[in-house]
Amino acid sequence: MSATETTGAIPEVSGRLDDGGHLGELRTDPVALLERIRSECGPVGSFDLAGRRVVVVTGAEANEWYFRAPEEELDQAEAYPFMKPIFGEGVVFDASPERRREMLHNQALRDRYMRGHAETIAREVDAMVAPWTGGPDEAAGPGGEIDLLDFFAELTIYTSSSCLIGRKFRDSLDERFARLYHDLERGTDALAFVDPYADIESFHQRDRARAELVELVEAVMDERAAAEPPDAEDRDLLDVLMSIRNDDGSLQFGPDIVTGIFISMMFAGHHTTSTTASWTLLELLRHPEQLAAVVAELDDLAADSADQGLDLTYQSLREMPHLESAIKEALRLHPPLILLLRVAQVDVEVGGFRIPAGDLVGATPAVSNRSPEAFADPESFDLGRYLDPRAEDLANPWDWIPFGAGRHRCVGAAFAMMQLKAIFAVLLTRFRFELAQDPESYRTDHSKMVVQLAQPCRVRWTPRTGVGT
Amino acid sequence: MTWRIVVDEDLCQGHGVCESEAPTVFSVSKAGALTVHSATPDDDVRAAVELAVKFCPTHALTIIEE
Repeated sequence: MSATETTGAIPEVSGRLDDGGHLGELRTDPVALLERIRSECGPVGSFDLAGRRVVVVTGAEANEWYFRAPEEELDQAEAYPFMKPIFGEGVVFDASPERRREMLHNQALRDRYMRGHAETIAREVDAMVAPWTGGPDEAAGPGGEIDLLDFFAELTIYTSSSCLIGRKFRDSLDERFARLYHDLERGTDALAFVDPYADIESFHQRDRARAELVELVEAVMDERAAAEPPDAEDRDLLDVLMSIRNDDGSLQFGPDIVTGIFISMMFAGHHTTSTTASWTLLELLRHPEQLAAVVAELDDLAADSADQGLDLTYQSLREMPHLESAIKEALRLHPPLILLLRVAQVDVEVGGFRIPAGDLVGATPAVSNRSPEAFADPESFDLGRYLDPRAEDLANPWDWIPFGAGRHRCVGAAFAMMQLKAIFAVLLTRFRFELAQDPESYRTDHSKMVVQLAQPCRVRWTPRTGVGT
Repeated sequence: MTWRIVVDEDLCQGHGVCESEAPTVFSVSKAGALTVHSATPDDDVRAAVELAVKFCPTHALTIIEE
C-alpha cells in the first residue's frame, strides 16, 4: 500500500475476555466479531485468539494488498491447524511451497478437462433423483421432502470423487462415505487453534470418522489388489497410486496416506459447493420472481436444443446468466468460508500499520461481500447486480471475494460454478421446489470453521409434468 | 486504432481457458505457465481473444485500446 510511515498500534476490537480472548466469540458468533472489527477498527483491526493476535483487513485497498502478497510475506501453510488431523501427516499443508504450487495446477481442474466433468456431474444428479421418479420412463410420483444438507453433501461427494479421483472409485462409494466425511468437517472447531486434539466430542468424532474412512478405502484397495490389473485406459487415480511400489514390492502409498490424499483433494470442493447449492435454492425460493427468471432461462435453453431436453454441455453451461447470478448472490450473502487466514512470514505494512512476523492475518468474505461501498443495497438478493452493465462482481474484484482473490484465489472456482449450474439445470427443469419450513428458519451454523447449513433444512419437491410447463 | 493484451501476472493461475479460446495467441505449459505469443495480434483473432478475456477464471486478461 502507499503508506510510507507506520503509526501506532493496530486497534483491537472490543469484547476480549480474560479466558481465551475472543476465541469464545469466534466459536459462537464469528460474523458478529468480524463485522465489529470493521465498524470499530476500520480497514485494519485485530482480535485475540487465545493469546495470539489475528489482524483482520477489510476494504478494497487492504484486501488487494492481502491477496497480491507473495507467499514469502503471507503464507497459508500454518494458518489452518484444524486441517492437519483431518488430512493426516504428509498431506497438503505439510507440503513444501514448491509442491503446493504444482498441486495448484491440478490437472483435473484445467479447462480441457471441464468438458468431460459437465457430463459426469449431470449423470450424478440424475442418479440422485432417480428414486424420485422411479426411473426415467415411469409416471411422475407425488413428490416428497429432502433435507438440503444431507442431499447436497451426498451429491457433492459423488461429483467430486468422480471428477477428481475417477468414476471407478466413485462407484465404490455410498452414503456411508458422505456421512463420515461430514463428521470430518464437523471437526473444525476453532479450539484447534489452541489444541487440535483437545478433549471435545467433535474432535473425537473427527478422529473416529477418519479411521473409518481409512477402513473403507482399505477395503476398496484390497478388492483391487485381488482383481486382475485394469487396462491402462480404465485406470483411475487409485490404480495409479497403487501401482507405485517400494523396492521391496510393498505399496508406497498405503491406505492411510491414500485416504488422506483423497480427503484433501475433495475437501475444498465439498462443503463449499454443498452449502452454496443449498443457499442458491433457498434464496431463489424466498424470491419467487427471480426464481421464475432462472427457470424461464433454463426452459428456453431446453426448448432450443434439438431433442427438446436440456443438453448440458460445457458451452451451454456457460450461457446461463440468471442462474449464474443466483449462484453468485448465494456465494456473496452466504460465503462458505468467512475468514481466510495467512501467517506473516516477515514484518509487513498495510494501511499505515506494521504487522510483525508471526501474526495471523485474515481477510473476511463475510464482511467484504456486503460492503456498502461496493454493492448497492448489499443485504438484498438481487440477480440484477451481475448483469450488464452493473457487473458488480467484476467492478469490485477486491470486495467480491467468496472465492478469495489474487494468486491464492480458489483454483476450483470455475469447476464449482460449472458444477452448481449443472446441478440446478437438472433439478429446476425436472422438479418444482418449495420451502417446508418457516422461510426465516433456515440459517448457517457458524460453530465450526467449516460452516454448514443448520439442520433441519427441509424443502419439498414435486415433479414438473414436462419441461416448459 | 490498435489493441493490446495485458496480463496481470499476480492473478493468472494457468487454467488454460485462453488457450482453448485462442490457441494461436495463448499457450499454457503443463506446469501452468502462460505464454502470450503476440500481445498485439491481428484483428481476425479479436473475437477469440475477447472470449478468452470474458471466460478467464481469474480475470487476469484485459484488452487495452490505444
